[in-house]
Amino acid sequence: MTMPQGVQERTTVTIRFAGDSGDGMQLTGTQFTRTSAIFGNDISTFPDFPAEIRAPAGTLAGVSGFQVHFGSEELHTPGDEVDTLVAFNPAALKTNVDDVRDGGMVIVNEDSFGATDLKKAHYDSNPLEDGSLDKFRLIKVPATKLTQEALKDSPLGNRDKDRCKNFFALGLISWLYGRPLHAVEEWIDQKFGKNPDVASANRTVLHAGHAYGETCEFFEHTYHVSKAKLPPGRYRRISGNEATAIGFIVAGRLAGKDVFYGSYPITPASDVLHVLSRYKHFDVKTFQAEDEIAAVCSSIGASFAGDLGITGTSGPGLALKGEALGLAVMTELPLVVLNVQRGGPSTGLPTKTEQADLFQAMYGRNGECPMVVIAANSPADCFDTAVEACRIAMQHMVPVNLLTDGYIANGQEPWAIPDPDKMAPIVVKHPGPVKTSSGNGNGNGNGDVEPPLFKPYLRDDRLVRPWALPGTEGLQHRIGGLEKADVTGNVNYEPENHEHMIATRQKKVDLIANHIPEQTVMGPEEGDLLVVGWGGTAGALRTAVERVQKQGKSVAHCHIRYLMPFPRNLGDVLKRYKKVLVAELNCGQLRFILRGKFLIDAYGINKVQGKPFLVSELENKINELLSN
Amino acid sequence: MATEALPQLKAKDFASDQEIRWCPGCGDYAILAQVKKVMPELGIPREKMVFVSGIGCSSRFPYYMNTYGFHTIHGRAPAVATGVKVANPELTVFIVTGDGDGLSIGGNHLIHAIRRNLDVNILLFNNRIYGLTKGQYSPTSEHGKKTKSTPMGSVDNPLHPLSIAIGAEASFVARTIDRNVQHMADVLRRAAAHKGTAFIEIYQNCNIFNDGAFLYSTEKDQKDDTTLYLEHGKPMIFGKERNKGIRLNGLNPEIVTLGEGGIKEDDLLFHDEQLAEPSLAYMLSRMRYPEFPEPMGVLRSVDQPKFDEEMVAQVKDAKAKRGEGKIADILNEGDTWDVAE
Repeated sequence: MTMPQGVQERTTVTIRFAGDSGDGMQLTGTQFTRTSAIFGNDISTFPDFPAEIRAPAGTLAGVSGFQVHFGSEELHTPGDEVDTLVAFNPAALKTNVDDVRDGGMVIVNEDSFGATDLKKAHYDSNPLEDGSLDKFRLIKVPATKLTQEALKDSPLGNRDKDRCKNFFALGLISWLYGRPLHAVEEWIDQKFGKNPDVASANRTVLHAGHAYGETCEFFEHTYHVSKAKLPPGRYRRISGNEATAIGFIVAGRLAGKDVFYGSYPITPASDVLHVLSRYKHFDVKTFQAEDEIAAVCSSIGASFAGDLGITGTSGPGLALKGEALGLAVMTELPLVVLNVQRGGPSTGLPTKTEQADLFQAMYGRNGECPMVVIAANSPADCFDTAVEACRIAMQHMVPVNLLTDGYIANGQEPWAIPDPDKMAPIVVKHPGPVKTSSGNGNGNGNGDVEPPLFKPYLRDDRLVRPWALPGTEGLQHRIGGLEKADVTGNVNYEPENHEHMIATRQKKVDLIANHIPEQTVMGPEEGDLLVVGWGGTAGALRTAVERVQKQGKSVAHCHIRYLMPFPRNLGDVLKRYKKVLVAELNCGQLRFILRGKFLIDAYGINKVQGKPFLVSELENKINELLSN
Repeated sequence: MATEALPQLKAKDFASDQEIRWCPGCGDYAILAQVKKVMPELGIPREKMVFVSGIGCSSRFPYYMNTYGFHTIHGRAPAVATGVKVANPELTVFIVTGDGDGLSIGGNHLIHAIRRNLDVNILLFNNRIYGLTKGQYSPTSEHGKKTKSTPMGSVDNPLHPLSIAIGAEASFVARTIDRNVQHMADVLRRAAAHKGTAFIEIYQNCNIFNDGAFLYSTEKDQKDDTTLYLEHGKPMIFGKERNKGIRLNGLNPEIVTLGEGGIKEDDLLFHDEQLAEPSLAYMLSRMRYPEFPEPMGVLRSVDQPKFDEEMVAQVKDAKAKRGEGKIADILNEGDTWDVAE
């Protein structure tokens, strides 16, 4: 394809929109992403916002950013280095400019670089004038003035006019990267349809930004990023939290179960509650509980009575749920516990990502209390992993910890929409009613309890007990948190029984390994180095390993979805490489477990900055290990 | 379809095969007996009943009932019961809790279940002591209570279960006592018939750690003067001679003697359990021994929207408006685009 004059082809581009929390950066980024996805690029995004809803305007604490990586090739990360930064104020410039590559473009709203603005951002001199940005292509745009100008005939007040300036930036960037405006216009009409003055103002400013790019002569050329060669099919842009919620709903449908989601609002998991609450026509019941404990307990109660009980939270909430999870383990009921991980400990970094709840998921309960743990790899993968969590919970009568993280929960990527006809139903069995001679359950009207008494802890060959639902005649039984005798489920404190039950609960979880896929690797089946990861780091690890593989080196990538139990062959896989590197956004939790379980000498690369891995830092570590 | 008459069950049919492990002489036995006696009268099959409890002596209750049962964790019975009831609103759900379980560690869940008006029956056994942990003061113990953990007397002010329930605007609130089994059975029947949260405080004697805590309200020579048995629409009269009554003086209740100073029955407060405004019920809940006779019976019984009903109705409405959700529909929502071969 021949390019028109002044258009340069790019394979991938990373843009970051940054501004004050109130500047509408998330919206600008989302709309640009949407346009790019509809255009046919592969995309990956990384929203980064402060925990405060509105920190004081113009301060460093109040900066909100949205990074989008789009390209004509497959992308697995939101990009390491920023090609183009759009900074709406000095604070946004200061907190983001270090991530821009040398020679990258920095577009600023020069109207917001007054003395007060600079002071709020702790700038001693104006970076637009002092030469500190010389290594970048600095483009100064009077976005506030131009927005006001474009809206001089609008009936809106000055303040409302000013709020349109993010659309100026969106129009300008759309021009720069050859994106059509119609998708944004349609969205504006839909969003502000009830307020035609606002809709019209946003459209006007969007076009003004676009026109400014054409006429201002700052830009010697525009850029073109071709459509990505994604496998054919229908795609949808999706975030991890959306995919998780949809996974729960679909799992409910596949099992013929109502979904009960008990949750207490918590960043960054609340969106799952929001999404689910919109799908009541899928037999979804959402319960905003009074606290985290009620959220999990209500879900356990719902499972006991026959719904697919799910609770969702983030790390601090999981800590509060700990005792109830023990109850779910003891009563052997199906339950899915979503933990959208964030930076900890305590309140920690509510809006930032981390993988430091692995130990909590594996061991964070009193007593010997094994729980299944599985982790999603990417925004779209949250769908499959959520369905899988529900399948395991219901088919094996166990609580399942489903781990995602803030990075994949809020990040977006294209999702190849699966074919519903190819989804396997989740077969769930409930024992049917038992009529006794008296025709009224297991009593005969005289208080004599007739055999056969229902045995709630009679297990099948997978050690799974029956899911007998209240309401079923003749199956009345009592369960609870006290230790119980196997088979009958009666309270039992005998020493041998306790040991037997602890072993049985563990074995039941271990046996699930026979019902999950074996571990695969990307790359050679054996070799010099195996890079191991889990959860949301998959994209960065894969990209880094692919780069090193292209250099002809012997390295493979192993990403573990099933963390408890591990896939049956994991130990063998780990032993086929000379070195093992475990990459995690924590201080080495999976590494500790792998070392303990498989007695391998694993190396680690660890990061706890509330940020995802950069591909470059992984690549460097891999090369370092390969050269020693 | 032919309908089969339900077999007439008896109290014994509601007994499980489990050995009861409360201390001999515990008030819980009387409560268990009355519950088992009343259950067959409700005409509800055993398999449609679920007893949910927390932790404590009272919370062993579900093990002794031949129904479905869930002995959960400390204080969380109302939360578990919420899930049970919402998952299957056809079930009749009883929550069994105590003063420690329901008002200390589980106080939050209790008030939220009540304010939602979940259609469950809450039986709070109040013995004003921690029994299972062997004798510490509880949130309903009186100020100055000397126990293992308060050798110099507790410096906590007690909570009053009925006041808490009414404060959370419970739609049904009643009190009864383990030693008056006839009254207990009547209150249980009333609670079971109520739609919405039915909250019953049951005075229960712990003969090991707090023996005689409610003796004032049960001893023959005293009880008529220390208790006020409420009857809807009737004047509030009590006393051995049935000559004392409760009159409203401004915003406060006062004890008066019928006949003295020309006081007639019509001057007394008449009980109205159906008042939408909970102030009268709250005032009654604050009448305490020894200043006042303590009200027994139904303080409040009003009809209010039920949480479980409304939640199920929303699902139904959503289906009526949007049709039964299909997997293909939810997958294909949002911004989609096609990539050709």
